[in-house]
Amino acid sequence: MRVLAAMSGGVDSAVAAARAADAGHDVTGVHLALAKSPESHRTGARGCCTIEDARDARRAADIIGIPFYVWDLADRFEHDVIDEFVAAYEAGRTPNPCVRCNERIKFAAVLERALALGFDAVVTGHHARLSGAVLRRSVDPGKDQSYVLGTLRPDQLAHAIFPLGDTTKTEVRAEAARRGLAVADKPDSHDICFIADGDTGRWLRDRLGSQPGPVVDAATGETLGEHEGAFAFTIGQRRGLRLGRPAPDGRPRYVLDVSPVTRTVTVGPAEALDVSHLVADRAVWPYEGPVVCAAQVRAHGQAVPATAEGVGDELRVALDEPLRGTAPGQAVVLYDGDRVLGGGHVLRLGR
Amino acid sequence: MGVGRVSPAGADILGGVTYLDHAATTPMRPEAVAAYNAALADGGNASSLHASGRRARRVVEESREALAAALRARPSEVVFTAGGTESDNLAIKGLYWARRAAEPRRHRVLVSAVEHRAILDTVIWLAEAQDAQVELLPVDATGMVRPEVLAAAIARDPDSVALISVMWANNEVGTVSPVAELAAIAHRYGIVFHTDAVQAVGSIPVSFEDSGADALTVSAHKLGGPIGMGALLVRRGLTLAPLTHGGGQERDVRSGTLDTPGVAAFAAAASAAVAEQPVEAVRLAALRDDLVARVLAAVPGAVANGAPSGPGRLPGIAHLTFPGCEGDSLLLLLDAHGIECSTGSACSAGVAQPSHVLLAMGVDEARARGSLRFSLGRTSTAADVDALVRVIMPVVGRARRAGALAGLSGLSGLSGG
Repeated sequence: MRVLAAMSGGVDSAVAAARAADAGHDVTGVHLALAKSPESHRTGARGCCTIEDARDARRAADIIGIPFYVWDLADRFEHDVIDEFVAAYEAGRTPNPCVRCNERIKFAAVLERALALGFDAVVTGHHARLSGAVLRRSVDPGKDQSYVLGTLRPDQLAHAIFPLGDTTKTEVRAEAARRGLAVADKPDSHDICFIADGDTGRWLRDRLGSQPGPVVDAATGETLGEHEGAFAFTIGQRRGLRLGRPAPDGRPRYVLDVSPVTRTVTVGPAEALDVSHLVADRAVWPYEGPVVCAAQVRAHGQAVPATAEGVGDELRVALDEPLRGTAPGQAVVLYDGDRVLGGGHVLRLGR
Repeated sequence: MGVGRVSPAGADILGGVTYLDHAATTPMRPEAVAAYNAALADGGNASSLHASGRRARRVVEESREALAAALRARPSEVVFTAGGTESDNLAIKGLYWARRAAEPRRHRVLVSAVEHRAILDTVIWLAEAQDAQVELLPVDATGMVRPEVLAAAIARDPDSVALISVMWANNEVGTVSPVAELAAIAHRYGIVFHTDAVQAVGSIPVSFEDSGADALTVSAHKLGGPIGMGALLVRRGLTLAPLTHGGGQERDVRSGTLDTPGVAAFAAAASAAVAEQPVEAVRLAALRDDLVARVLAAVPGAVANGAPSGPGRLPGIAHLTFPGCEGDSLLLLLDAHGIECSTGSACSAGVAQPSHVLLAMGVDEARARGSLRFSLGRTSTAADVDALVRVIMPVVGRARRAGALAGLSGLSGLSGG
């Protein structure tokens, strides 16, 4: 096959491209330039949009012996991922930009362009196994990335190749070293690639300005303090509330709800975070009737026992046991063992 | 695809790759390689006072004389540099500083809007970091600065102009400027005139003496010499401030040990290229016209950019817009067929940018992005044109399907002609 390898400049995508070439595919490497002004993101090894990363990807392509290009997707990324990220926080939701990037950039804009140009598939370094239409977790539970791929449609997965799902990260690094790829010991990227210092709250404040409002106790309705912007808070958050005084019972308080309209952040005890069911939209869920499964709502969260059912355009997920730390905007991905059944985007929670 | 991938230029050119990017760099001429190797083996520092030094100095000075002869300049007017970009920087900054120091009211810098980035970024720096007032001279739809445009820009306040720089021939679309006419206008007002002749030398007749220019940039690797070698021709008696300080090896405006092998190879290449130029220009122009005619015939909606065929156009450059396509899609697909060309410039990360030259010519951004330069040179043959013509239509068809996804309509040009 003629395949396009998306090469971030990291070790995973480099080894994935090399394996695709070894498998006999005609591989072309592409680095996606996602930052409008790459210079401003030149802050070291984190992230995916620095000039250094483009150079690392290019050098890996040299070693593998494949042609290499840089594709400018900065406008699409700004529009489909960054603007959406900001809008979600503004609306009181908690977005996952990596899920969004896979849905809209890597397996949409890039894949569509690749297919139009005569390629058959896109290869990435995601840690997940894909055989036929079946997506499964990586054999490396610590690095498994099936969650951020869990909302892809079958027609997207039909043109995806993930060569690393059967390999642990340690083995990937060892293989990179064996192959002479200089990125073998490059540090992993973490967090959100377009927020270089990892301080999402400050990044949002820079974009949205100060929008002060009250922090309110869920039980008493008492105003406990002020905040600079409800967008900087996410449900389940404990740190950074700066309330000054402890709760009367001395127990920690968590963000229970964020209401951008009234700029109100509601706080309360941990058990008030318990969610018994959730409703998702934009779902990929091809099954009839209730399905016993396990639900995961965060990239590195545990999957918990649940029953999912498609109702109209919605996906309803009843959780066997209360789940903490979920918020509207997150993706919910449903598993049967290590197999991904489908997923959607959390629209609302039931407590 | 099964296309063998070999190195982009040089000896492997005939081994499966169709190299249509001679304006980016062209393979070194055998005369230049021979001169380079001979000087490398000899060694010696041209500034040393002993026999080895004298031997190297002799190579440098003979090369200087040869280059001067090829460009109709005096040997003392040749300042060797490390390439076109350095020469442009030396000309712009060196002349600006010298002129400004002599006459402080001179702070305007006039350059064409289609200059190479080595000029544009330098004048932008002069404006941002120094006190220059930069004015970009507009060009017509072919990419040429009309003499009356320059005259009008000067006339607004002649005594405040420090220098003027207009390229001899444009590196992207191949349009040739009326350099002698522009220089004469500048001289009417006593203003110094620089021209970047990097693409012109070896392609069309270039006489420093007859041009009237006060300074002229030339690069070795565009005419079959080595990369990393160039010269600035500077009219005798003209003062310019140095950029680099040190030994003052070149006329006290350029320091650094002279690259004797580079100088020798540069002169050998320039002499050979200029000697062959009249015959080669006719051959390449015919090949270029054939390329343009056949691509336009094969691809409905394609448009040729720049000046029409003739003395107003470099013989080796064809520049075409393929509406509805993105240039980097075209480049990728052609590259996969072993055909190498250029989309214009790319940023440091490697992202293709819409050409500022086309934008200045009045082309809209979408069409500017869908444009390619095919440039011919000494090793180009009819077989190269045949190879391009064979694949161009299927390639454009694919690129248009990809362009449609990006919302590039562009194809309205089909009905509009």
